[in-house]
Amino acid sequence: MSSIGLTHFVLVSFALLVAGVVTVLTKRNAIGILIGVELILNAAGINFVAFNRYSYGNMDGIMFAVFIIVLAAAEAAIALAIFLNFYNNFSSIDVERADGLRG
Amino acid sequence: MSTSLQAVEPVLFYAFALLTCASAWAVVATANVVRMSVYLLLTLGGVAGLYFMMNAEFLAAIQLIVYAGGTLILIVFGVMLTSKNPFMQLKPKLSEVFVGGLIASCIGVLLLIALAGTALPPEAGLAAEGYDVDQIGRALLTTYLVPFEVSAVLLLIVMIAAAYMARVRAGDA
Repeated sequence: MSSIGLTHFVLVSFALLVAGVVTVLTKRNAIGILIGVELILNAAGINFVAFNRYSYGNMDGIMFAVFIIVLAAAEAAIALAIFLNFYNNFSSIDVERADGLRG
Repeated sequence: MSTSLQAVEPVLFYAFALLTCASAWAVVATANVVRMSVYLLLTLGGVAGLYFMMNAEFLAAIQLIVYAGGTLILIVFGVMLTSKNPFMQLKPKLSEVFVGGLIASCIGVLLLIALAGTALPPEAGLAAEGYDVDQIGRALLTTYLVPFEVSAVLLLIVMIAAAYMARVRAGDA
């Protein structure tokens, strides 16, 4: 049985990235778009850790993945605050309705 | 790594990879936000398993605690606060699905071409042991001190900004 190598992990990351892009492009629910962004960030994290695992001894990839998780948490908090504001103003979470600006 | 573990490694990898990819595409397929969140939870669990397989135990634990425990709860709260009907579905138009699929498959083909044309590094010199929490903690406070401090400031800003933006205004309630 062939052993698991870098290519396997890169392919999983690829499938995750494409799923994330499709989610971002086709969902009309703003929270669905946020979930798509989380998928994309996870794909990036897998890539960083995989290349770190199969390269010569430093821990840059693992550190990048840690900071990706921090950024994803921060981004989700801010995005949900914005969505709550949007919902309070428009009584809807449909991004098609988000076509007006107001100070 | 012992031989018995090596025999089990491909099985574990394919199980986690299947879990990750299948639930990621289930997120794409469903139009219900609650279901999307549950499939996202499964995807995050699968990614945590893949981190375990790459000897990044600390990262896998962080993934489960912060992502599956924190971010996902936040998303579920967001779903509950922004829908009158829990079974609300917002279906995209067919043209939107078509254009989105077209753009995504262009990106996919491009990435596959790039992957086929790239010589990945040889798998020699593996960091077989991985890194333990001790090493990661030391690195965070020495080599990676600047990004560590910057992300601390970022989290403070995010905390204040999210509380400010999500507050109930005096006129609303």
